[in-house]
Amino acid sequence: MEKKLKVAALKDGTVIDHIPSDKLFKVVHILHLDTCLNQITLANNLESKKIGSKGIVKIADRALADNETNKLALICPDAKINIIRDYEVVEKRPLVLPDEIREIVQCANPNCITNNQPVQTRFFVLKDAENTHLKCRYCEREVKVEEVKIK
Amino acid sequence: MAGKKENGKIIRNNTMSKNSLVSISDYSKDEILSILESAAGFEANPNQKTLDGKVIATLFFEPSTRTRLSFETAVIRLGGSIIGFSDAATSSSSKGETLNDTIHMVSCYADAIVMRHPLEGAARYAAEISPVPIINAGDGANQHPSQTLLDLYSILKTQGTLENLTICLVGDLKYGRTVHSLLMAMSHFNPTFKFIAPDELKMPDEYKVFCKKHNIKYTESTELNDNFNDADILYMTRVQKERFLDLMEYERVKNVYTLKNEMLAHSKPNLRILHPLPRVTEIDPDVDTNEKAYYFKQAQNGLYVRQAILSKVLIQQ
Repeated sequence: MEKKLKVAALKDGTVIDHIPSDKLFKVVHILHLDTCLNQITLANNLESKKIGSKGIVKIADRALADNETNKLALICPDAKINIIRDYEVVEKRPLVLPDEIREIVQCANPNCITNNQPVQTRFFVLKDAENTHLKCRYCEREVKVEEVKIK
Repeated sequence: MAGKKENGKIIRNNTMSKNSLVSISDYSKDEILSILESAAGFEANPNQKTLDGKVIATLFFEPSTRTRLSFETAVIRLGGSIIGFSDAATSSSSKGETLNDTIHMVSCYADAIVMRHPLEGAARYAAEISPVPIINAGDGANQHPSQTLLDLYSILKTQGTLENLTICLVGDLKYGRTVHSLLMAMSHFNPTFKFIAPDELKMPDEYKVFCKKHNIKYTESTELNDNFNDADILYMTRVQKERFLDLMEYERVKNVYTLKNEMLAHSKPNLRILHPLPRVTEIDPDVDTNEKAYYFKQAQNGLYVRQAILSKVLIQQ
């Protein structure tokens, strides 16, 4: 009840919940919400049992494209996406990184072909028990997922 | 697409009509051994006309002596013909032509393309878009698989085996693509590595992680001295000025090691000294006459290995 008072309900659209508070404005940036004309509700520093302090983004009348959910999976992999129809959650979409990410990440290697010629970036997602790395398909450099530069 | 991913490695798609060689990791252990066996055949009989009627383009966007000359000699000895350039300034790239356009244009004329390019990943990209096979002759600091195969051939010839050897890698282990590729290729053969480099040029962590994942033993040191006395192979490298973004860093480390003849006094009898060449100051000329110096013969081996690569790439099309 208290939560509903803090964050307005959404009739149709997408809710991104459980965003770590320090990542909220990065989410705003990578989804280009600053130039989005849909109704948007932002809330931050809300109490969260799971992560302590969280942010929420509600975007009316908009579904996220695959490359947008991939971007979210890179910066806040534990966030949750809820699809809302007529005030009801009709789908909970987990954020899962695919085996390969195209275009949305810039290679950190300045001498990589993708930073010097019109070539779409492609990264393999390498996961082990401790870390997730991205490996550039072209120059083969690896970078920790926390250090990637999102376009 | 040139291939798919399995366990983080790029696996070539065998349904493709082309058969590019971009990275040493494109070849399995069996394929590597097959190339080395084929190279021995070409050493015994260099003049085999397996490329009769074929046109090979050699596109060298970056200077090269040994690699270009040995590839071109290999083509000629195999009965093929050569087109291409050895200086990007004489190609349309100097007018702003993209690599995409150059590859599409050249593939109209040639049956295969041997390419060296200063940008890392250029060879993988070229292999994706080219209708004819690409042989990577070096892409920036990334991969140089034909050098790796000739290194393996030289090790096999001098040691009689590739298994269970101790290999000492010296010099620029940070930017040196030959040592990275050699490390990955030798992972099939249970090696022990000794990494000798100044702190500024030490082996990158990702390759040490690779060693740990593959149960490869290694040690690290900043001193050359006689640190290689238990080694079977001493692999010296040049500190490459062209790889440094910070020239001050280059000046600090350019003359860090010089191997002298007297330092070899207590080395193993079977030790052989390899170097991808060109050398500058890292091997004193007084080593050249030592029977353990193998770097010029190593360069000669490049001819036979490149004959084997060209034959595999073109005959399997």
